[in-house]
Amino acid sequence: MSPLFSSSLHIISCLLSLYLGVRFSRLFYLSPSSEAKVNFPPLPLSLPKPLITTVTSPSTPRLVGGRHVIFVRPWTHPNPAETLQAHRILSSVQSEQRRLHILPRLPSQPRKFLIVTPTYSRTFQAIHLRSLAHSLLILPFPFTWIIVEPHSSVNDTSAVLAQFPRLQVLRLIYPGTMPNTWPQRSRVEAQMRLMALREIRHRRLDGIIVFADESNVHTMEFFDEAQMVKHIASVSVGILVHTGGLEKEIQETERGKKGTSGLGFPVIGPACNSSGHIVGWHSFDTLNYTGKIANFVGEEGLVVPGRFEWAGFVMNSRLVWEESERPDWVHAFNAVVPSGDEIGIESPMNLVKDVSFVEPLGRCGKKVLLWWARPEARFDSKFPTRWIIDKPLHITLPSKQDPWPDIPPEIVIPATPTLARQNLTGKQHSKTAKSSRSKRRSRGKRNRESRVNNL
Amino acid sequence: MDKAIWVLLLFFCYFLIGNLSAQDIEHSERAERISGSAGDVLEDNPVGRLKVYVYNLPSKYNTKRVKKDPRCLTHMFAAEVFMHRFLLKSPVRTRNPEEADWFFVPVYTTCDLTPNGLPLPFKSPRMMRSAIKLVASKWHYWNRTEGADHFFVTPHDFGACFHYQEEKAIDRGILPLLQRATLVQTFGQRNHVCLKEGSITIPPFAPPQKIWAHIIPPDTPRSIFVYFRGLFYDVGNDPEGGYYARGARASVWENFKDNPLFDISTEHPATYYEDMQRSVFCLCPLGWAPWSPRLVEAVVFGCIPVIIADDIVLPFADAIPWEEIGVFVAEEDVPRLDTILTSIPTEVILRKQRLLANPTMKQAMLFPQPANPGDAFHQILNGLARKLPHDRSVYLKAGQKALNWTAGPVGDLKPW
Repeated sequence: MSPLFSSSLHIISCLLSLYLGVRFSRLFYLSPSSEAKVNFPPLPLSLPKPLITTVTSPSTPRLVGGRHVIFVRPWTHPNPAETLQAHRILSSVQSEQRRLHILPRLPSQPRKFLIVTPTYSRTFQAIHLRSLAHSLLILPFPFTWIIVEPHSSVNDTSAVLAQFPRLQVLRLIYPGTMPNTWPQRSRVEAQMRLMALREIRHRRLDGIIVFADESNVHTMEFFDEAQMVKHIASVSVGILVHTGGLEKEIQETERGKKGTSGLGFPVIGPACNSSGHIVGWHSFDTLNYTGKIANFVGEEGLVVPGRFEWAGFVMNSRLVWEESERPDWVHAFNAVVPSGDEIGIESPMNLVKDVSFVEPLGRCGKKVLLWWARPEARFDSKFPTRWIIDKPLHITLPSKQDPWPDIPPEIVIPATPTLARQNLTGKQHSKTAKSSRSKRRSRGKRNRESRVNNL
Repeated sequence: MDKAIWVLLLFFCYFLIGNLSAQDIEHSERAERISGSAGDVLEDNPVGRLKVYVYNLPSKYNTKRVKKDPRCLTHMFAAEVFMHRFLLKSPVRTRNPEEADWFFVPVYTTCDLTPNGLPLPFKSPRMMRSAIKLVASKWHYWNRTEGADHFFVTPHDFGACFHYQEEKAIDRGILPLLQRATLVQTFGQRNHVCLKEGSITIPPFAPPQKIWAHIIPPDTPRSIFVYFRGLFYDVGNDPEGGYYARGARASVWENFKDNPLFDISTEHPATYYEDMQRSVFCLCPLGWAPWSPRLVEAVVFGCIPVIIADDIVLPFADAIPWEEIGVFVAEEDVPRLDTILTSIPTEVILRKQRLLANPTMKQAMLFPQPANPGDAFHQILNGLARKLPHDRSVYLKAGQKALNWTAGPVGDLKPW
């Protein structure tokens, strides 16, 4: 035999045995009698599955250990009627949970809330006021919303409130304007709240006074707990200090320094002893942040609360009435709150003579029931009324990059390509024309040259 | 004067009864009593109703295996170990075999684990045969009935068929020597070779301490409609697809991955138990075997189990009315799962949640150590007690043989 023939036979038989060996090994590897079940890490679920068929109803009998077809219905998206029904089911499950676990702790007759909110016209007023209005829409208790605002803000506030005709609102006009620095703004807000308290006193409104600042975030649990106040109560407020880019520093301060909450964010609230009585307060320590605090609204820097925040206190309105069954550890309202510009009290706590009578709510302050936050735009920022732009824009400037590069070339409006800048004559140009123009501009010399030739 | 006293007495009685019934109503508002086809038997106390004799087998059959691999105490087949330990300390145990109604053979056949933690059933038949041979030769109680008053715990995938693959398990069938004994197993499927009539189906083992460590307050609103975490495709063992779970899990994924009402994925979140307590429905589809620990978790966390496993027999089916507690969906109806679940009336859903809130229901699914009244150990004993007194045919006449000691695959006959 020629060596060429034998070597080629050798090579062929090697290849054949290699091929067969691989086939046989695969057989053994995949057979179920192998002792070790190899568990690969789960592959992404987008592997092609040749068994999936879209059939309306399967009718094959169940095979034992056999291969089954995976039936997928033609339209796998949810049916809106069923989604609505599912939400109805969820809401009845949740109201049953509330009935079994929460309502037994609350007073059998729901008490009315008097919700005091100072507001003023500014860039973010619509956002904050609307979100507070939505929280109040789902409040399961009766309430009167007392909104205090300066005269200049009345129209803007009315525009927002017009979307919530079902809310019961009492509006008070504060004689004055809102200043532009944070400390002065909080002062004016305190005066607005005092104005609301005077009104409650004057009209003898009965209920539980809640100081709900519009930019705060309230949990519904906060209102549940507030129902249980007897005279005056305090809850823990989580402070979301607007960081101005200093998140890490604040976190480290709050975790490390003594006297802070240790949670990574500041908390203002009651501190209790083991028998559930208030023995002290967690308050906000601005000394930790000196030098970084913003002064003008909207400038870079931290936006911090005061030592105590009004929002963390809930009180029975009878405490401010002229003649009522006031406990003797509560000051008379007129005694502590002077008329005129002076505020006189830092927080509702100054209304009581003995602070140990303040009730702690939310498992003695262990639960943070609301969040204080003051995200605000610059005090001089401009915004359209009611945030609606309903007239067409008169001045358009071309963008540096084409924002819609995928627009098909058929949508083309002929224009002179020799223009380097947009013609600022106030003629209305459609956006697609603008983009196609810039697109064509970027297309290459040849097009430009051809157009010039066409001209 | 007399009349006044009688009127006062009547008032007093009325007041007392009124108070008691008010408490009852309040209790029943949160949880409803559970009564299955056997009656209100979940709260029965088995002590005094039966006597169990525990054979003292050499430790190579039981304790030595646990010492070799302590993972056997935490995986979902750990019921065999804990049942043995419970019986050793239980008041139903008797040291006098003459007065025993039931005999327990403690052999841990599932305690042979791969490095991954999966049990290998290949030596289990031989181990079981060896244990039975020992029992039959050393004591005379086996031969008296050929095992009909003995019970074994066989919690593996397909019970006493001793294999994890369904085809192979059916081929083997139940070990011939166990044909007359009572089997306590997690596997249950109607008209299946591996479920003997008279078996007691139990839940898989779930570690109670771990479960109780993750309980959240009951007023946390349930905001997830349907919840499931687990595999949909088993790419390692079923690369082609279509074998795992008879395609049912894959069907769930393909039909509902775009549905926001279905919170389903393959992730392993750290908040798995907490999420179940925030869900209304928890899917319990079959895997390689029809049963799954998800049923236990769903019941303990108050989430209505949606059982997708045709013909499954659920734990303690004669004591627990599963039809009233869970939702059964046929595997072929999986593409319509959202329609089925949203068309359940709200009152029915609230009633199911009340039944699940019953603490006896939750206790019956768990194997706590030390044992609590009403837990799964007691339900097993209740089930055994319900099978008493033994039928007279159980006792064989002299010389009568019922079992074939040489039946089964040749590999099984080798000594262990």
